[in-house]
Amino acid sequence: MDLSMKWLNDYVKADMPIKEFCDGMTMSGSKVETYSVQGADITNVVVGKCLAMEKHPDADSLWICKVDVGQAEPIQIVTSAQNMFVDAVIPVALHGATCYNHKDMSFMKIKKGNMRGVRSEGMMCSYEELNLTLADVPYSSNEGILILNNDPEFDKMTIGMDIHDALGFNDTTVEFEITNNRPDCLSVIGLAREASATFDLPFNYTEPTFTGVEGKATDYINVDVKNAALCSRYMAAIVKNVKIGPSPRWMVERLNASGVRAINNFVDITNFVMLEYGHPMHAFDLRYVDGGKIVVRNAEENEKITILDGTEVALSPEMLVIADEKKPIAVAGVMGGEFSGIMEDTKDVVFEAACFDGVSVRMTAKKINKRTDASSRFEKGIDPINAKAALMRALQLVEMLGCGEVVREYIDVDNANKTPAKLKHDAKWISDHLGIEIAESEQIAIFKKLGFGYEDGNVIVPNTRIDIERQCDLAEEVARIYGYNRIPSTVPKLSSNSKITPIQHFEKRIVDIMVSQGFYETMTFSFISPKSYEKLNFCENKKNSVVLTNPLGEDTSVMRTSMLPSMMGVVSTNVASRNLSARLFEIGRVFTPTDERLPVEEDVLGLCAYGADEDFYTIKGVIEEIFSDLVINAKFVPVTDNKTFHPGRCANIVNGDVVIGTVGELHPAVAEKYDVSCRVYAAELYMDKMFAAMGEERKYKPLPKYPAMSRDLSLLCDDEVTSDTIIDIIKANAKFLESVSIFDMYKGEQVPAGKKSLSYKMVLRKDGTMTDEEADSSVNRVLKALAEQNIVLRT
Amino acid sequence: MKEQLQSIKETAIAAISSCADLKELDALRVKFLGKKGELTAILKQMGGLSAEERPVIGQLANEVRACIENSIKDKSDELKSAETDLRLKSEYLDVTMPGKRFANGRRHPMNIVLDELKEIFRGMGYTVVDGPEVEETKYVFDMLNTFEGHPARDPQDTFYITDEVLLRTQTSSVQIRQMLKEKPPIAIISPGRVYRRDEVDGTHSPIFHQCEGLVIDKNITFADLKGTLEEFAKRLYGEGMNLKFRPHHFPYTEPSCEIDFQCFRCGGKGCPLCKGEGWIEILGAGVVHPQVLENCGIDPEEYSGFAFGIGIERITMLRYEIEDMRLLYENDMRFLKQF
Repeated sequence: MDLSMKWLNDYVKADMPIKEFCDGMTMSGSKVETYSVQGADITNVVVGKCLAMEKHPDADSLWICKVDVGQAEPIQIVTSAQNMFVDAVIPVALHGATCYNHKDMSFMKIKKGNMRGVRSEGMMCSYEELNLTLADVPYSSNEGILILNNDPEFDKMTIGMDIHDALGFNDTTVEFEITNNRPDCLSVIGLAREASATFDLPFNYTEPTFTGVEGKATDYINVDVKNAALCSRYMAAIVKNVKIGPSPRWMVERLNASGVRAINNFVDITNFVMLEYGHPMHAFDLRYVDGGKIVVRNAEENEKITILDGTEVALSPEMLVIADEKKPIAVAGVMGGEFSGIMEDTKDVVFEAACFDGVSVRMTAKKINKRTDASSRFEKGIDPINAKAALMRALQLVEMLGCGEVVREYIDVDNANKTPAKLKHDAKWISDHLGIEIAESEQIAIFKKLGFGYEDGNVIVPNTRIDIERQCDLAEEVARIYGYNRIPSTVPKLSSNSKITPIQHFEKRIVDIMVSQGFYETMTFSFISPKSYEKLNFCENKKNSVVLTNPLGEDTSVMRTSMLPSMMGVVSTNVASRNLSARLFEIGRVFTPTDERLPVEEDVLGLCAYGADEDFYTIKGVIEEIFSDLVINAKFVPVTDNKTFHPGRCANIVNGDVVIGTVGELHPAVAEKYDVSCRVYAAELYMDKMFAAMGEERKYKPLPKYPAMSRDLSLLCDDEVTSDTIIDIIKANAKFLESVSIFDMYKGEQVPAGKKSLSYKMVLRKDGTMTDEEADSSVNRVLKALAEQNIVLRT
Repeated sequence: MKEQLQSIKETAIAAISSCADLKELDALRVKFLGKKGELTAILKQMGGLSAEERPVIGQLANEVRACIENSIKDKSDELKSAETDLRLKSEYLDVTMPGKRFANGRRHPMNIVLDELKEIFRGMGYTVVDGPEVEETKYVFDMLNTFEGHPARDPQDTFYITDEVLLRTQTSSVQIRQMLKEKPPIAIISPGRVYRRDEVDGTHSPIFHQCEGLVIDKNITFADLKGTLEEFAKRLYGEGMNLKFRPHHFPYTEPSCEIDFQCFRCGGKGCPLCKGEGWIEILGAGVVHPQVLENCGIDPEEYSGFAFGIGIERITMLRYEIEDMRLLYENDMRFLKQF
């Protein structure tokens, strides 16, 4: 909402410095975004009058003018303009003035100087040099100096007067950001109310009235409201014998400062009233109201209307229209039809001030894709009392402008509830709610300043204040006018206890381990492109996603079912940025559709790595480190049919029969689809499943008193035998076994084809001194068991 | 014999003092004190001495031995220390060269900031709660007084799955679920991911993060809201932080406010960070609307409360002076390594 300060001052004398005004309004709830002073860039330009002129002795095209600028002596100005004459009143830029160069509209400063040897002490200005347009000064010729003698307000100008005052371009526009609970503040009067309460200044308002001429609107038109539910009040007045023409300066100024272009007096009046009262108005040309009938009804099936901006709109039966005998002439509350508007030769005008249902207007505007200033006001809620005030103001303006005869008896089809809301005032509740004692009398004073009534302990809420419904709303009114920053600050003693849940603690430990293992945390979007499932060769059930009905684009149209698409996106980005290696992790959410209303949401630890130092075992090692640290029991089971991964380098991570996650080297064909040519290792681990797989907390074991013995076994077995198989056999058969670990794996010339050699270190210890014989017998038991599985000692 | 001993002593001491390395010193020890050494040779002749002479010579011989032993020890210490000095000197390192590290990774900057917020609020007695991101409209809108027709519900601004299921636009839905689940007193924060239908640019993202807070108890007031957020601001930015509470509107709080923090870079004088204003908008807050309490089965005559919300992206960007929001979601290692 752009507010003209001049206009505001018609209602409240807010003449404090503008900064103070803006700060005050912001702190009472009407947030000021910015303000701009009209023509602030034009300085030191005054009204001057040409007293005498003569040709330049050395240049035919130049004139030397003596100009009265209200100083003791006239000044001399040389000009090339050819439209000057003695007694011409013109804008004069004095020495030191700032204005614009009409050639390229660059900003310039005027200095005294010589023109072809003749002294020139200033410059006479065209409208362009004052940064005005022809619309601002329609009487001006396109070329030469702006001749003010033709200005409608010429009589009010004095020589030496500042040009801003002379032309009325001296307003300040304040831009407000009005919250959507306060549609009443989308009007000059609404903001004037606020300013009056904020600065404790009188609100100068009188009900608008008009005189009118004898007659009845019903002699001209007949109004029939068919759907009173969607149109609670419809007022119509007739203005006859209208004279269409330009609006007076003061009206044009106020419209301009509010960001609205003046068009003609009747259009301007409807806009002026909408800005001033916040109530949308419409004006019809009576000639085009067929049969003199205005019917407020629902549109018929397949009905169409061409609206003011020239587009043809298909209507549907839930939409409300204003129709005449034959056809719709306006989409109620949204926009008028193309022939309904005011034209140069319009003779009689119907003014409409109506209350249309907000929801209906919103649905209609949305459906026909035309959100207008009027429709957005109806959407937010309109006051039926204000409708009448607005119509009265429009009629008053017609008479003020002398642009038509108002037919005295207007039409008012009124089904609106105009009883104002009454709220029992509970001063103590308000004080308690805010945490500061504010006296009842002070609270009442605040309500009155805001234009509320007060009767027998009840607050009477003006109908424009649709936001006031309960005691807490009154508390807010008191608080904001009293001043938020005058309310003390207290810290409540919380009677609840802060808790950290085991899963939150678990997550924190995971993050710490990942960071300590050299992984960088990422943050990725949780919606992805469904195409990434194809790129990753996902199986069908992992493609089944929660789908957005209105995504921004295909790339962000489904909720991810896995962290892999996001992680591969990150890898791809980093490879493209020539980052040679990366270790990345994220605990992100994945979404699986269900038969219920809401999907299942699970947090997943995704990790990936690439670079010269990475291989399958480095990433597996990181997972083992997590498991070891958090006492998670899990096994790595080879998987050959997961098409996302390398068929020989992929494992499911399982605890009992629960799959906690998957780890592997990305299938090269998958990596290639992400433009990644290096090997990428990735894993996904479900947080809650990992959490569930956590074993008992560790207990301390006494430090050993006797030394251990170790035995190394170099074994030869078939290539298919997994290391875990061998370790399980060793564990099952070795006596005194403290630990067993693999330390070498060999495949190649030294062993037969299809075989491999694996070397293990067994550490044996007992509670007492162990003999070589004891150790050997333990190893022999193991070797015997291994031999049964065709795993033999390598010789 | 006396003279012989004296002479051995002198010769030995001279030889020891001019000795240059430990090996030579050891040879001297053998030469003078060894089993076949000169002193032993002398002592072997002791048998030929008179009973009177024997103790005198014996004592002298012991003195000579002690003297030689001492000077060998002194010399040995001297040589060892010189040798150590020499070694240490040769082992000089350029201590300005970079250290050998096992490099840790780093947390994402937003989580660094979020962890700090969680820590502050936990320290003030709040519990961190979580809830679904794909949520029902009743928890995101209806129960928060944001009725059908409110612009926030427009599909232009909000992502929908069905008419009644959407991607949550705020984590207030978590608070509603909490109020339905638990009786007051309640003091929670609900940090999390939220979704609004904004195209990606330098200052907008369709996915961003909020940390919302809620307190419900007996006799909670607007003054408590002010005090709490001032305390939070001090813990986050230091003692001197000043706050400005501006009236605002949210459908679920009444009164509502927006809170500006005094610019933490310029201290309020005006700088590019605060766009010359001296203040930076950080929080939205308000006293919980009684209707919202009623919606959750809490009696507004008995209980009251306040709620607040902070944008994590915003304070992260302000803290690290990150000018483009897209960097937060690109996850380029060159960016991630900076924190």
